[in-house]
Amino acid sequence: MAIADIKELTKIYQMGRVEVEALRGVSVSIESGEYCSIMGQSGSGKSTLLNLLGCLDRPTSGQYFLGGEDVSQMSDDELSEIRSLSLGFIFQSYNLIPQLTVLENIEVPLFYQRVARRARRRRSEELADVVGLSHRADHRPMELSGGQQQRVAIARALVNDPLVILADEPTGNLDTTTSEEILALLQKLHEEGKTIITVTHDEAVALQTQRIIQLKDGEVQKDERVDAVPDT
Amino acid sequence: MFWLIQIIKLGVRSLLLHKMRSALTVLGIVFGVCSVIAMLSIGEGASQEAQERIRALGTNNIIIRAVKPPDVGASEEKSRLVKYGLKFADASAIRKTIDEIDLVTPMRDVRKDVRFRDKSFDARVIGTVPEYIQLMDWRVAKGRFVTQVDQSKTANICVLGQAAAKKLFGFYEPIGNDVKVGNEYYRVVGVMAPRAIMGGASTDLDKDVYIPLATAYYRFGEVIMSLSSGSFDIEQIQLQQINVRVKDVSDVVAAAQSIEALLKKKHTKRDYELMVPLELLQQAEETKRIFNIVLGSIAGISLLVGGIGIMNIMLATITERTREIGIRRALGARKRDITVQFLVETIVLAGFGGILGIGLGIIIPHLVSKYAEMRTVVTPESLILSFGISAVIGVLFGLYPAWRAANMDPIEALRHE
Repeated sequence: MAIADIKELTKIYQMGRVEVEALRGVSVSIESGEYCSIMGQSGSGKSTLLNLLGCLDRPTSGQYFLGGEDVSQMSDDELSEIRSLSLGFIFQSYNLIPQLTVLENIEVPLFYQRVARRARRRRSEELADVVGLSHRADHRPMELSGGQQQRVAIARALVNDPLVILADEPTGNLDTTTSEEILALLQKLHEEGKTIITVTHDEAVALQTQRIIQLKDGEVQKDERVDAVPDT
Repeated sequence: MFWLIQIIKLGVRSLLLHKMRSALTVLGIVFGVCSVIAMLSIGEGASQEAQERIRALGTNNIIIRAVKPPDVGASEEKSRLVKYGLKFADASAIRKTIDEIDLVTPMRDVRKDVRFRDKSFDARVIGTVPEYIQLMDWRVAKGRFVTQVDQSKTANICVLGQAAAKKLFGFYEPIGNDVKVGNEYYRVVGVMAPRAIMGGASTDLDKDVYIPLATAYYRFGEVIMSLSSGSFDIEQIQLQQINVRVKDVSDVVAAAQSIEALLKKKHTKRDYELMVPLELLQQAEETKRIFNIVLGSIAGISLLVGGIGIMNIMLATITERTREIGIRRALGARKRDITVQFLVETIVLAGFGGILGIGLGIIIPHLVSKYAEMRTVVTPESLILSFGISAVIGVLFGLYPAWRAANMDPIEALRHE
């Protein structure tokens, strides 16, 4: 079953007097448990697509079914609720809240679901353990390395048990070794059955995934399965 | 409820990130609230003092005083004798013709040197009638007041004010002793209870000496000689003052008008004036109201400035925390969650400022009354009012920054550096 299904999605931005067509009819269907990547040059529309997939924006036309529900015309409040219940975000620059501790950062999506404090704490401790940061639970983001921060962000993306995890250049700010650790973590999550969509322009990252969707000028240029990379 | 507590805790933590900035912002409200309370308390204190002073004159009373008319003297340059003032006939006419009145006490006062052994001072010696003590709602601390018998005998007796007794006798017993008033000896028969609330030298009744009116007239006559600007002024005067008590407080104004009409007929010159404490009281209340409005507005403006300061800081905070807003929105915060978050921060600032301001607003008037010897009264209303205003300011000036924060585009906010 398609967990995220977009049909003929268009997005037009009004830039002053000029209309910019960021997406011109994109249709993609992503199955539950899939690990796929979206690639493209800057200006190809991949950020726009990510924003739409992440329910941060509404399409000009077309439909988006997330978990079988059409979210393309929902109100701002409804979209907020979808984000807190069904989506997990991983950003290039981690985007942790500086005044909150590791555990508190992980809890944020649950906070907006009005989950009780104790239940939140239990869940965030569990996830800090999953990403291997139990020993840093009460630290602030500034006290952590980039890789550790990104792991906090991954824990936060998992905390609400989302339908889809969206990763925007998850290794963009990290060195090679740390990148590999993060990619391994994503791989592990994939193996546990999570649906992950990564936006990247790094081929190495894309090749880790099962499927690469190439965007160009707001259209899908290529949509292909990645054959298992032969181990050499 | 728990939800709100969590949001408040979150707000406090965010504010503590910038302690200096938060403290300075709070200071604006602190000064605003504390100036509202302090100003109102000083106003209230001054007005209570004025009201008590007026009340001490008696709200049922009308005071008629002899005044030297301004035109006399100039035309009669050579003869320095000035004839003016209230007459015994005025007092009896008032008593007879005006029904609303209850008591009439004519008074004659002269300044005389009062002496006991080696101690002396220049006192106001007042000749009056027994009803005076009743009219003034006063009492004696020791002994008795002037009686009708003293009057008919023109007895040489006197009653001392509390301060006068202390000055002349110290810790000795005054009653039974003779004091020298002018050139005559008077036996002390009583000491008045203290009348502490009377402020100011001219109205210090505690320093006065009372003798029977008949005695005063008999001993001192009508003529007063005084030395002024190098030559003798001779004044002929019967009574300096007539106090009148009206039975019912609602008739005071009408009675005053009747007295005024009566005196106008009997006197060719305007050599008297009426003082109605009740009217003064009403004026004092009106003055207080205006005073409060003026002081309140000045202080209110400083609160407003504090509020604008808060808004300014909150707008800066929001710009600085745009990224955080974007993150929260992406992770599921609705617009209203963001609004509440920032509104709560503003209210915490304003509320904290309000509490500190109340503390300071209680301490400052206390210090003012201690060191400036001014009466201050902090009313609970002023505390509630100023705290209420600071809370309202928190909401009002917090609303716009919070609204701005909530309506940011989450995508733009996430990209914000």
